[in-house]
Amino acid sequence: MAVVEKHLPGGKTPDDAWRGFAPGSWMTEINVRDFILRNAATYTGDDSFLESPTEATTQLWSIVQDLTRKERIRGGVLDVDTHTPSTITSHAPGYLDKCLEQIVGLQTDAPFRRSVQPFGGIKMVQDACEAYGFTIPEEIVRLFTSIRKTHNQGVFDAYTTEMRTARKAGIITGLPDAYGRGRIIGDYRRVALYGVDQLIAQKKRELKERESSALTEDMIRSREELSEQIRALGELKVMAAAYGYDISEPARTAREAVQWLYFAYLGAIKEQNGAAMSIGRISTFLDVYFERDLREGRLTEKQAQELMDHLVMKLRIVKFLRTPDYNELFSGDPTWVTESIGGMTEDGRALVTKNSFRILHTLYTLGTAPEPNLTVLWSDRLPDGFKRYCAKVSIETSSIQYENDDLMRPHYGDDYGIACCVSAMRIGKQMQFFGARANLAKTLLYAINGGIDEKLGIQVAPAADPIKGDVLDYDEVLQKFDATMEWLAGLYMNTLNVIHYMHDKYCYERLEFALHDAEIVRTMACGIAGLSVAADSLSAIRYAKVKPIRNEQGIAVDFEIEGEYPQYGNNDDRVDSIAVQLVHTFMNKLRKHQAYRNAIPTLSVLTITSNVVYGKKTGSTPDGRQAGEPFAPGANPMHGRDRKGALASLASVAKLPYDDALDGISNTFSIVGKALGREADQRGANLTALLDGYMTQGAHHLNVNVFDREHLLDAMEHPENYPQLTIRVSGYAVNFIKLTREQQLEVLNRTFHGAM
Amino acid sequence: MRRTDSNNSSDSRPIGRIHSLDTFGTVDGPGIRFVLFMQGCPLRCAYCHNPDTWNCGGGRPMTVDEVLAEIEPYVDYYRRSGGGVTVTGGEPTLQAPFVAALFEEVRRRFGIPTALDTSGFCEFKHVEPLLSVTDLVLLDIKHINNEQHRALTTQSNVRVLAMAEQLSRIGKPVWLRHVLVPGVTDQSEHLTELGRFIGGLTNVAKLELLPYHRMGVYKWNSLGIPYPLEGVQPPSDREVARARELIELGIEQSRCSVTMNSKGSLTS
Repeated sequence: MAVVEKHLPGGKTPDDAWRGFAPGSWMTEINVRDFILRNAATYTGDDSFLESPTEATTQLWSIVQDLTRKERIRGGVLDVDTHTPSTITSHAPGYLDKCLEQIVGLQTDAPFRRSVQPFGGIKMVQDACEAYGFTIPEEIVRLFTSIRKTHNQGVFDAYTTEMRTARKAGIITGLPDAYGRGRIIGDYRRVALYGVDQLIAQKKRELKERESSALTEDMIRSREELSEQIRALGELKVMAAAYGYDISEPARTAREAVQWLYFAYLGAIKEQNGAAMSIGRISTFLDVYFERDLREGRLTEKQAQELMDHLVMKLRIVKFLRTPDYNELFSGDPTWVTESIGGMTEDGRALVTKNSFRILHTLYTLGTAPEPNLTVLWSDRLPDGFKRYCAKVSIETSSIQYENDDLMRPHYGDDYGIACCVSAMRIGKQMQFFGARANLAKTLLYAINGGIDEKLGIQVAPAADPIKGDVLDYDEVLQKFDATMEWLAGLYMNTLNVIHYMHDKYCYERLEFALHDAEIVRTMACGIAGLSVAADSLSAIRYAKVKPIRNEQGIAVDFEIEGEYPQYGNNDDRVDSIAVQLVHTFMNKLRKHQAYRNAIPTLSVLTITSNVVYGKKTGSTPDGRQAGEPFAPGANPMHGRDRKGALASLASVAKLPYDDALDGISNTFSIVGKALGREADQRGANLTALLDGYMTQGAHHLNVNVFDREHLLDAMEHPENYPQLTIRVSGYAVNFIKLTREQQLEVLNRTFHGAM
Repeated sequence: MRRTDSNNSSDSRPIGRIHSLDTFGTVDGPGIRFVLFMQGCPLRCAYCHNPDTWNCGGGRPMTVDEVLAEIEPYVDYYRRSGGGVTVTGGEPTLQAPFVAALFEEVRRRFGIPTALDTSGFCEFKHVEPLLSVTDLVLLDIKHINNEQHRALTTQSNVRVLAMAEQLSRIGKPVWLRHVLVPGVTDQSEHLTELGRFIGGLTNVAKLELLPYHRMGVYKWNSLGIPYPLEGVQPPSDREVARARELIELGIEQSRCSVTMNSKGSLTS
């Protein structure tokens, strides 16, 4: 044991808790990255060490499965505690089976009983309760309308007329203005490594540091936020104490480390029903504790797997109360408990440990599931054994997404995590203001129609001359499109500024920010939908002859295309360059605007499942897509238009510039199992080569689905037979049977590579 | 892309008639492969899943350079996976000079292996130059019995079997394929006979028993040709296993005089 000369203020020297760890600056400052770099043991072997589940795991999981079945029968929500607005300490302890659980803690006093979280907006809570047959007590409604203002109220107080219209027309959709914004990752590992008391001491010091300078508005806010953070950490201790644990001090064993970390996460989800509540990058961190316990003989491999199984089980049953409307946008009851696995250090060591295998292995010990959102940070330098295992798990479970570590590491270092689907951020040092997405396909129609919405028939964008010719002229369309994007970028940024100002004010994530540094980098994470529709439309206008068909109001409601045109998804530069240019242009327009709290504007090409709703809200487009038809998800080419096979399709997406889309570029790849090769070994090797090849091209993200269409059709007809069937959609995974029927059909209509 | 017309003869720019291409082929040879489907076929197999490749007059004319330009962006994938380029069809040997020119350039420029997927229905002499630039032949013997071969494909199998023997003679690695169609290609005596024939070859690195599938039926419908195997179902896993045993039995029977290719066992 190293001699610690100096230790963090507030706590006792944690000699016992830190025994056997390699010393470093992590001992004298909050620095989890340093701890990991000095202590993580790269594992280069294969999966043969993995153990099967214990009896307790199997019993607990059958309780969860039973509750899942009941929840589905009950229509999607089993139970709601309507009387108790959720806070870190609001609910008494809850258990699946107290005697069997190695890791404890639930959001309420019973599993699958959802809480109400009204700070984001009371209306969403009311609507959700009503939709699922519950009634929220009048006094709670009154409390969050007349006495305590919510984020949602604040936003609508400040929204301009134009913002309301844009929202209604669906040119900007999915804005977090009625619920928690999410996409903030607390560094939950800090609680395990340092214990809460050291974290409080650090926050108190930061508060003290903010006494000397002039108390500007920024400084006042900063002091108030730090005070709230300290209060939240105190509440976290109270919450853990109710379960019989004192988490003031650092964790001393693997079991405590898992438990401490989970308590921190649990506190966060009790306080916030954020749209995405990612857990960060925990598996390799925890491995250090597992390795020490294994060395000391206080843990067996079987027990190590059991701890991960019990943790993952808890992450799988995170529940938020949301409306059916919300489910249309983000289908399948997702929580985005995203865990980032693997990746490389800046000095070239793989952050792959045995625990990287164990967390993937939960897809076997517990069966497949959409949560946690397992994200492998891919590098072609990852150990072969791990790559092979990932490929095997992908092929057998369709439950992994891959993101390019070699592309992200230069931007975010080697201790970043993925929030939600594809948004990288340095853990504990960076956050994002989640910004939903703008509809580029509709924007193009506004350009053609002089700013009038083609569905509603009302003026949404500033009035301009519509295009009048019988045949669309590329240069004219492009010029008007550019002007419309200019307008949209400004409106979009202003709207997000309103939302995040109010969220900070009325729905501040106290605990999550308590697990961040005092000074953090903020990004304003904008997004676009309909990229492939817009690119193909422009290509059609340029390379074929597109004639608008106008209604009596003069609005182009359909288009006639004469001739062929190059389509995105075939590695054809004529159209791919249009897609690249669109991303670049829109990002540059966003960069012109001032973002709230000096956030750095970024962009994602990601739709989650909202590509279906966006399509529904958008009229016919010049690429030949009919009104109401879904867009392709994320950055995917439109269904059936990629005709040169998977690699050409991937190559088109890989061209999109990450520097202009730092919030992520999502691509969802679906392939029939047999189309990966005739034998299992060959299928794994081919998938590995495919990932290496794609990432080496500078691509960002790939969801991998391996299944047959017949399989999905059967699941639509007999959902009861497929309770755990998991598929990857744009950036996350869902239970297929929890998708709406429209979304199931959309998945079926996508390009299945290899299907003849 | 650079043109290569300087050091070749007058035949430096043959034109191929191309049906289609797939950048991600994984079932026609090892690894990830670029698969080029040639237009035109002399056979009319009852179970054909690409009847739209039959007509020799169809397809899109392409030069070797044009095809190479389609391959080039993906060479990294093919290298990493131990894959390469496979030319199939239709029947690629109908356009042997074009395919030979293509293979030669694929090897020279990209250094990746080439595979030829053929029914073997061609004259050995005619394809010798092509074989000299082919690393692997995927030889699909449709039926060992000549009459039944004729019934199934409209052509005799004499050239096919002769081709198989010639390939063995020159030691060209072959993956031998046989499509298993219940009631059509799965009679015990024929499977054993096929095994005995295979047992007499010295160059077979792998035997692929391909279960008949119905995924091409829609193409027959859209071409307006009656589908001859209406009502035939794909074989079960058990039927496939049984067929493999029968072929292996045949191979056993002729084994005494056969040396296996070092690349692998026939039962893989």
